[in-house]
Amino acid sequence: MRKVYIAADNIISPLGFTTGENAASLKAGEKGIHEISDPELSPVPFHASVIDTTRLDERFSEEGDPEEFTRFEKMAVLSLRDACSRTDADLRGARTLFILSTTKGNIDLLASSPSDERLYLWQTAGMLGSYFGFGYKPLVISDACISGVQAIITGARMIRAGLYDNVVINGTDIISEFVVSGFSAFKSLSQGPCMPFDKRRDGLSLGEGSGTIILTADPSLAADPKIIAGEGFSTNDANHISGPSRTGEGLWLAISSLLSRTGGKISYISAHGTATPYNDEMESIAITRAGLQDVPVNSFKGYWGHTLGAAGIIESVMGIHSVRNGILFRTEGFSEPGTTNPLNIIARTENKQIMNCLKIASGFGGCNAVQLFSRE
Amino acid sequence: MKSALKISGYCLIRKNRVVLDGRVLFETGPMDFSSFAAEAYLHFNTCYPKFHKMDNLSKLGFLASDILIRDKKITESFKGREIAIMLMNSSSSLDTDKTYQQTITDRNNYFPSPAVFVYTLPNVVIGEICIRHKIYGEGNFFITEKFDAILLDHIVNHLFNDGLALCCIAGWTEVNGENYESALFLIEESSGTGSGIANFGPAETESIYQGI
Amino acid sequence: MEQLEQKLKEEIITALNLSEMKPDNIDVNAPLFVDGLGLDSIDALELTVLLEKKYGLRIQTSEEGKKVLYSVKSMAEFIRSNNKG
Repeated sequence: MRKVYIAADNIISPLGFTTGENAASLKAGEKGIHEISDPELSPVPFHASVIDTTRLDERFSEEGDPEEFTRFEKMAVLSLRDACSRTDADLRGARTLFILSTTKGNIDLLASSPSDERLYLWQTAGMLGSYFGFGYKPLVISDACISGVQAIITGARMIRAGLYDNVVINGTDIISEFVVSGFSAFKSLSQGPCMPFDKRRDGLSLGEGSGTIILTADPSLAADPKIIAGEGFSTNDANHISGPSRTGEGLWLAISSLLSRTGGKISYISAHGTATPYNDEMESIAITRAGLQDVPVNSFKGYWGHTLGAAGIIESVMGIHSVRNGILFRTEGFSEPGTTNPLNIIARTENKQIMNCLKIASGFGGCNAVQLFSRE
Repeated sequence: MKSALKISGYCLIRKNRVVLDGRVLFETGPMDFSSFAAEAYLHFNTCYPKFHKMDNLSKLGFLASDILIRDKKITESFKGREIAIMLMNSSSSLDTDKTYQQTITDRNNYFPSPAVFVYTLPNVVIGEICIRHKIYGEGNFFITEKFDAILLDHIVNHLFNDGLALCCIAGWTEVNGENYESALFLIEESSGTGSGIANFGPAETESIYQGI
Repeated sequence: MEQLEQKLKEEIITALNLSEMKPDNIDVNAPLFVDGLGLDSIDALELTVLLEKKYGLRIQTSEEGKKVLYSVKSMAEFIRSNNKG
């Protein structure tokens, strides 16, 4: 079976425009979440991680005319450009697949131009694909909050099956009135910055961003130290379309499938950790049922907020960075344990050699996904 | 090594007509999708009051899969974790996105609806099918310009070759305004009981989808 | 008095798409959630939207929500007690 390597990656967020910039910000304890008072987005102030528009346009003007691209496109293009510049892989041939992971794409256009073609996610992916000249026609994956992890799972499977040699995966979502009002109606938004796994957690903070991972079958193109995208699985809770399972059924099933097929020891878990009371509780149950309650676990949501379709990519990129550089980042927003099943939450950023990272995610529709990244 | 797969059944719903394995099971005169879905719900003895809460995309995917799953009794032959659901469409949840947008357009009548918002994600239809039939397996929702027989072939073959599923419900479920169309296939290994409708492959799914 | 309960039943059926339900099938005293009508968490959120939209009433805490949304009767009492002045 062919191995799948990580060739290059990127993160675009308020904390930086490269993976390195974001890692440095996390290390310095900075977070992207702030109070936002913008009547265009919400009638009442809310906490979210939003990229400064002036800064985004400034950076984008090196690439093209900011007026000609949507907010979504600018973030995705910058992320793809940076990641592509970090690999020698030939991404233009038919052996390369481009996958876009997003929940809502250019959803901000729905209010202003409801018949805009760019509202179709395959059009958005097609525009990005032809902009960069990626060979084969792009694929869009839209599985709510697990979209990013699903895109990596699918991309890695395509390479293992021999269908492609390289897969470029971008995950992007923007903050919009559409999404803010919806999560607000769901009473899911936190009062202050979100507090994953904490006793006082009261909801999630939204975020926007873009992340890119380039997968390759060619070991000579793998970035050093070489990281392998191993097995990944998705499952469904078959319980409720918006509420997490009380028994952690689907997530537990996905983790235990992975453990039984890979057999190895897990050294670190990057959790979904949205900081809603039910999600974090569910994850603690599933992780404990799988026997991984002593493994160091963190959530990145306190830094970037919940970036929806980008979350699985951005958080995987930082998980990979953690394995590569031997660092475990603290869970921003966490101070006091607050789940029924105690977990080994990383409360202090520390240097530690780790062999692998298990990325987990769960979302609306009762879906769950898990993906393993390991040192070769 | 590629294991041989078969299409053991399929359900097409479009133009106010339900077709199972080539037979027309239900048909109505001209009416909008919501009315048609309500009639089909009664005709097929669906008995699932939550159906009425779903958006049109979920209603369509739910009906097509429910007719297929019950006819082939697949939840008796397979465990919930052995069944995968792979769906695709062109407009994601755009139809419901527009309905939701209306609840936040007027500042003086600003009542975002949680029950509508939850359906502004296409994969929720997979969740609805899983809840109804206790299916725990692999699930994925792809957005493609049109029905993509090659993609279907790639993803389904991989699931079986890698031992990730023993049975897969896969296909197309699209709702955009008054246009709706679902073409779902039930795919199993050829070694199972019965010869099935056809071998599973891009030519076969394409011709069934085209209605040839 | 009874009029408000009857009106609420109709509004609940419409708001929650309980198409197979008639107002007469709903007992004003029976619990709306789990045992009674079998409503779920999304229905609860939708009912709070209904109270805001049709009656201009806001439920402040989840504790209050549990009490107010217990039955048709408790919803009607909440509306009446807030409309006195």
